Amino acid sequence: MKAAQAMIKCLELEGVKDLFGYPGAAICPFYDALARSNIRHILVRQEQNAAHAASGYARATGKPAVCVATSGPGATNLITGIATAYADSIPMVAITGQVVSDLLGRDVFQEADITGAVEPFIKHSYLIKNASDIPRVFKEAFYIAGTGRPGPVLIDVPMDIQNEEIEFSYPETVSIRGYKPSVKGHPLQIKRVVSAVKEAKKPVICAGGGLFATDAREELARLAERCHIPVITTMMGIGAIPSAHPLHYGMLGTHGRRVANTAVNESDLLILIGARVGDRAVTTPGVLQKRTKIIHIDIDPAEIGKNMDAQIPLVGDAKIILRQILDAVGEDCDPHSEWLAALDALRDKEPVQSEREDGGINPKLFLKKLSAAADEDCIVVADVGQNQIWTANYFQVKKGRLLTTGGMGTMGYSVGAAEGVKTAKPDTQVIAVCGDGSFQMQMMELGTICQNRIPVKIIVMKNNRLGMVRELQKNLYKGNYSGVDLDGSPDFVKLAEAYGIASKRISRAQEEPDAIQELLACEGPFLLECVVSPEETTL
Amino acid sequence: MKRTISILVENHPGVLSRISGLFSRRSFNIESLAVGVTDDSTMSRITIVVDGSDYTVEQVEKQLNKLIDVIKLKTLEPDEIISRELMLVKVAAGADHRGDIINIAKVMDAKICDITRTTMTIEVSETTEKLDNMLEILRPYGIREVVRTGTIATQKGSDIITAKK
Repeated sequence: MKAAQAMIKCLELEGVKDLFGYPGAAICPFYDALARSNIRHILVRQEQNAAHAASGYARATGKPAVCVATSGPGATNLITGIATAYADSIPMVAITGQVVSDLLGRDVFQEADITGAVEPFIKHSYLIKNASDIPRVFKEAFYIAGTGRPGPVLIDVPMDIQNEEIEFSYPETVSIRGYKPSVKGHPLQIKRVVSAVKEAKKPVICAGGGLFATDAREELARLAERCHIPVITTMMGIGAIPSAHPLHYGMLGTHGRRVANTAVNESDLLILIGARVGDRAVTTPGVLQKRTKIIHIDIDPAEIGKNMDAQIPLVGDAKIILRQILDAVGEDCDPHSEWLAALDALRDKEPVQSEREDGGINPKLFLKKLSAAADEDCIVVADVGQNQIWTANYFQVKKGRLLTTGGMGTMGYSVGAAEGVKTAKPDTQVIAVCGDGSFQMQMMELGTICQNRIPVKIIVMKNNRLGMVRELQKNLYKGNYSGVDLDGSPDFVKLAEAYGIASKRISRAQEEPDAIQELLACEGPFLLECVVSPEETTL
Repeated sequence: MKRTISILVENHPGVLSRISGLFSRRSFNIESLAVGVTDDSTMSRITIVVDGSDYTVEQVEKQLNKLIDVIKLKTLEPDEIISRELMLVKVAAGADHRGDIINIAKVMDAKICDITRTTMTIEVSETTEKLDNMLEILRPYGIREVVRTGTIATQKGSDIITAKK
């Protein structure tokens, strides 16, 4: 069998049905075989979006998703997407073509050392030197990407290797002596966790993105309910517990809710689950670790103790560990009535949002209304900037998800990722929320959406500014605005029309209900531009 | 504080750059590094001496363990290791100093492996501290060139670091 065909066969055996890519000379043998397979290829308009789409696809399915690019610039364009997936712990297999083996290292046309370039932000990478290694390498790549702490893996395949003939046999099992992630929590540590939970008067759970890796949402809710523990989330953890759950107290951090930050600061036991104590979430870990007892549950031992010391470290898979705790904790838990009542009172005192009288949409209220009208299992993808924080704090997640890049914070993530989600789950409502800055980093993807009939809904919050940077300059640089005007932007409604995509612009609250209805009811893709005041604050 | 970490890795191209890259991007300082294949040709052993706090050493260990190519590692406590470094040192040595230098070499258990009219080359295998000491003693004669391998180390007693368990 030709090696290129073997690559396709490996993907089929891994259950890959769709992949996102952009061809070029060095990956042509692969594309030749791809055209003869049943795998659907979605042609993106720039390689970075192929990686973001794979990220969305992986987050929707929980399994590694695939993106493909050619050598040199094709591969380097993937880098931001790979780094994003790495920071957000998303399982992904990136396949790149490479110049022919004999010319490696001679700086020939479209040659880039991609395995070297991605090294700092990839879980693992392979440069294939022998075609016969292909089945083993693919098997390992999917295994590494999808197990332990998920992450991206890259396979770089020189063009001549793709053209070789090999005997194909796909390994059934994987044995990598340097990679044996532990999933089950140590029984002794579980005991310590249980007694700490029983002793605590003011416990709080901080749920991170790790809860989605093996989907521990149900177990989390059960533990919180059984032991009467309030739950706050990191940005990556939003949706780990439904937004409207009585024990949910919002997102913590610099852009989080006051009640969530108070809960952490006043707690006597902080239970971190699948959260890596990033600086945006916990600004003063040094202070916090002196004040409260910390249990840190993570599948990656390197995250425990990296940014904050933990009295009780617990390494393993969140779902399995939560089940172990549930089995051991019993039914008789302190109701923590006073603690919960105090937090409830704080939550009720959150500032009330009102409609703007000077024109323009209040994005916070708009997102609340959008989530009320959206399907229960709607998946919303937030981009980066003010739009991300508005969505994080005001879109109410029910049974669906809120996906965003909390780790890397990559502008231009949402539309590509939404494409991926919608491709994986065609029957689910998928909405991308972005700003006019981030939208312009990815608006070429309107072509991908049209060509491949991927009916995602796009909401562009237009304030003609890079709003979050502008706010920073207003507050910290005495209003010396520098490089944040987006003058020269096109008419997004007309732009959508040019692609044949239904679109609408709204600028007053009265227009919102109809526009939301139209957006959600539309069978095809839809672009809704919301005119927002440049003075609109993030929080 | 200086610590010696012994790492068993896959004997693949690119593994060393993965490890050295990890040190530089996480701001860990490498004092010395030595690599060589083991009795099993699929594995190499890397010995790294790092200088840093307990926190740094713990982070180095954990981050190294995340690399797929790292099979096993252990931080060796200073009082439980046998460590050696090989040094070749070329010293200025005219006829009037040869006798002195030969005596120094004898005392330090070193070997004279080359001699010219104006220089002598000494080979010595010892701990890093003893090599430093020897250089100080030789310095007055004029050191022309120093070549050192970096430390290699093993545990005292019968304990070994293997791929298994």
